[in-house]
Amino acid sequence: MKFLRRFFIRLSNLATGRSSDQRLQDEIAEHLAFQTEENMRAGMSPTEARRQATLKLGAAEAIREDHHAEHSIPFIENLLFDLKYAVRMLLRSPGFSVIAIATMALGVGATTAIYSVIDATLLHPLPYPQPQQLVRIEDNLPGVGAQDVGISVPEWRDLQSSGVFQSVSISGHGANVNLTGSAQPERLSYKHVTPNYFAVFGVDAQLGRTFDPHDATPGFNLEAVISNGLWRREFGADPHILGKDLLLDNDVYHVVGVMPSGFRDLGSTNEELNTEIWLAAGMAGLPFPPPLRGSRQQSRVVGRMKPGLSIEAAQAHLDALVQSLKKQYPAEYPAQAAWTVRLTPLSETVVGSVRQSLILLFGAVGLVLLISCVNVANLLLARASGRGREIAVRQALGAQRTRLIRQLLTEILLLFLLGGIAGFAILFCAQRFLLRLVPETLPHINDIAIGWGVLLFAVAVSVSAGTIFGLAPAWLMSGVDLIGTLRQEGRGSKGSPGRSRTRQMLVITELALSLVLMVASCLLLRSFWDLYNAEPGFNPDRVMAIQTWLPGPNDPSQDAYRTATQEAVLLREILRRSRTLPGVQEAAIGDVDALPLGHSNPGQLPLIREGIETMDNQAPVIDSPIVSPEYFHLLGMPLLRGRLFNDHDIETTPQVAIINQAAARTYWPNQDPLGKRVRLHLDSRELLNSAEPAWTTIVGVIADARTESLADEAIPQIYRSVYQHPTKSLAIFLRGQVDPSAILGQVRQQVQDIDAQLPVFHAQRLDDVLSTSLSVRRFSMEMVAFFAATALLLAGLGIYGTISYLVNEQRREIAIRLALGAQRGTILKMVLRRGLGLAAAGAGLGVAGALIVSHIMAGLLYGVSPTDLPTFAGVTFVLTTVALAASYIPALRAMRLDPITTLRSE
Amino acid sequence: MKEKPDVLQGTLVLMVLKTLDVLGPQHGWGIARRIEQISGDLLAVNQGTLYPLLLKLENEGSIASEWGASENNRRARFYRLTAAGRKQLRTETRDWEQTAAIIARFFEVKAEDLT
Repeated sequence: MKFLRRFFIRLSNLATGRSSDQRLQDEIAEHLAFQTEENMRAGMSPTEARRQATLKLGAAEAIREDHHAEHSIPFIENLLFDLKYAVRMLLRSPGFSVIAIATMALGVGATTAIYSVIDATLLHPLPYPQPQQLVRIEDNLPGVGAQDVGISVPEWRDLQSSGVFQSVSISGHGANVNLTGSAQPERLSYKHVTPNYFAVFGVDAQLGRTFDPHDATPGFNLEAVISNGLWRREFGADPHILGKDLLLDNDVYHVVGVMPSGFRDLGSTNEELNTEIWLAAGMAGLPFPPPLRGSRQQSRVVGRMKPGLSIEAAQAHLDALVQSLKKQYPAEYPAQAAWTVRLTPLSETVVGSVRQSLILLFGAVGLVLLISCVNVANLLLARASGRGREIAVRQALGAQRTRLIRQLLTEILLLFLLGGIAGFAILFCAQRFLLRLVPETLPHINDIAIGWGVLLFAVAVSVSAGTIFGLAPAWLMSGVDLIGTLRQEGRGSKGSPGRSRTRQMLVITELALSLVLMVASCLLLRSFWDLYNAEPGFNPDRVMAIQTWLPGPNDPSQDAYRTATQEAVLLREILRRSRTLPGVQEAAIGDVDALPLGHSNPGQLPLIREGIETMDNQAPVIDSPIVSPEYFHLLGMPLLRGRLFNDHDIETTPQVAIINQAAARTYWPNQDPLGKRVRLHLDSRELLNSAEPAWTTIVGVIADARTESLADEAIPQIYRSVYQHPTKSLAIFLRGQVDPSAILGQVRQQVQDIDAQLPVFHAQRLDDVLSTSLSVRRFSMEMVAFFAATALLLAGLGIYGTISYLVNEQRREIAIRLALGAQRGTILKMVLRRGLGLAAAGAGLGVAGALIVSHIMAGLLYGVSPTDLPTFAGVTFVLTTVALAASYIPALRAMRLDPITTLRSE
Repeated sequence: MKEKPDVLQGTLVLMVLKTLDVLGPQHGWGIARRIEQISGDLLAVNQGTLYPLLLKLENEGSIASEWGASENNRRARFYRLTAAGRKQLRTETRDWEQTAAIIARFFEVKAEDLT
């Protein structure tokens, strides 16, 4: 208690300054006056009286200092003193300070920028209460090698009542809709979710409410919850948003709630995008398929377990449930499929493909930071030679080395901190502009915020960087040779060999680090370039894709489009009408899986080849898009063998399929696939129609196309005709000179003329789809390239500074050589050789580092080997050239040295 | 010159408090002189050390001070004992007497008493 009280008194003394000191001085003066008076009364002369009084009092200054030390906090006082001194020193050499601060601002600013992205996306994947209770639930069919096949509504109900969970929610994988009626029409991603979705996550709305879990309708219940980002962006944070209409595609929803800004939807994967609208649906009625046990919907299932239940216990409970369900419904759960339900902690599943890119970026920006630090450390050492005298004098006056180091470190820390704060300030001011550079496909883009957390990060980074990179310079600077330095008088110090060695090591590090960055960026650039120029195998030019969804009523017998024959009538009419639209030259139809690069989860089916797979559960799985006959011609995918679908392939004729080359190579190596028969079993779509799927004959082989991913050359595909296999989610493809803004309305009108119930939504140009699929790659490539350029610049400056310093140190030596008749060319060569030596050492280290890094990032590369020789050679060449160019200026200066003046001045 | 015994910090506090208790409000010089007189010059109070102590005691609330005029009309800061100071004086006196008694007993002890 007493200690605490004393501490507070000291603190207040510190704050109020000298008041107590002043009083002490007053009192001492007063005392002296009394004593002098007394002494004079005793008969002393005034001078003697004063002298005796002072003697009697003791050393007044020492008393004052003792008192001061006891009544204040010397550490903080010293710090304040050091800070004052540091500010003076920084102001005295403004050029140096500005360069050092700018370098650090660049390093810390860039690091902080990337950190803010990572903070929003990777570090807080599960911003929900009690995240350990949240699990992802996956239905797997390991018997046929199918994973995460989705869930059917009856299965969901079983899970809900299993006793394991507080509640279980289903959500769609997210898709895009057009929002109209807000400030401006916008394409957003939405998710349809069961009404208990937000209850599972345990997050409530900031305005209004979330969905009521008891409020279940079979289909969409026309209520919408929107994200904070959308609310602010499109509705200007309108407090009266509740109850307002939201026109999504052509459906009217009304807003019931706005989620808080901290709420982030699941999915750090870029396919799930940034969900901004949630729509409640029962998933059991229009437009969802009927709630049969066998009709699983592609969806994400998340449950909140009961409190205190371990995931193992829950899994055991579910395994038992699965066993009993299998017995109860043997037809829906065939033994060979080996249906299982697997629980995974939710936190483990939210790992997206952007993770790799972001980690790469963070690594790159970390290197830039490192280079900035090294550069500043180098500058500090360079300045040390100029301050040798000052430090020597202070040491001679009795400053301890630790005290000197503390003071120098304060100066360095101030420099780093100013740099960090400047970097943050720039970032803060430029955030609107910078956010525009971030690709929209990055998840949680609305959550990227430059706030307190980020500021804290910037300060922490600056302080730790300052401490790490400041200690060595401070140590080296404080360790001057006292006598040597002072004896040199005004001639400037010669510097210590330790400092010089450290500086060279720093430059080598810098060069090595920038080489690593440059190699990484070159490899990414080449990958991107190759991808960008990769022949996709289909022609996206002037192709629009527009989606529609056929309703699936609860009762299959009510379904107007139950059979392929029924659906064919509709599809042929849509195609006929679409061709009449202005500018349309060709039209085709496919399901969502047939949409190139535009879908996230291709529907995979087991492929059972006649005569090869005897056991169903050994079958491989294959992507299986459903298309209309015109599809291949419209997308320019050439037929290599056999025939395409034609209008005579209908429900009643033998089933036919077309495969791509990759499928032919993979499944029928060195054979003619034409005429081979396959069975695509366990197809939920087929179960609706025929109990016994017939054999499907392969009639054609088309060329490979990168319809799944631009980076993947060929993924086996088996195409079937839409006239033989009805499908609910459709995409209408149109090629021609169409007006992208009007086409959606035109198609919608035509389609709804045929069936007014059909939603028509999401018109996109395939060109856009293509470039969007590369946006994250483009972003990381551009960023890494920018960082590499920065690194090269910094390294160039670093080598320039070091060589200049070396030349300056060797002035005398060079002058003597020149005086003794050395050729000027030889001097030039001598200096350049120093630069080249540093560059060679840096490049050697850098190549070794780059080899490691390029292998780590091999997953991000495409079409270029991690050890690509031209890249390594080219980068090394560029780095050496820059290093030589940077050494050339000081070398020239050395060459032109006038021996007479130099030697005289020394 | 013969070294005079230095005054222990704690003793000085007690002396200051007792002086103020006996004489009532005093200025710094008065306290210093009184201590000197009572100790009969045997004890050299380095007079300067008194003032930090007075400040400290005032900070701790044992004494209070205000400006006043001295007997010869010089402006001076007068210190007086507060209630807390009086209490402190009582405890410190008791502690001191206890310590002194113990020490005294040690001096009285002879070898044969301990067997």
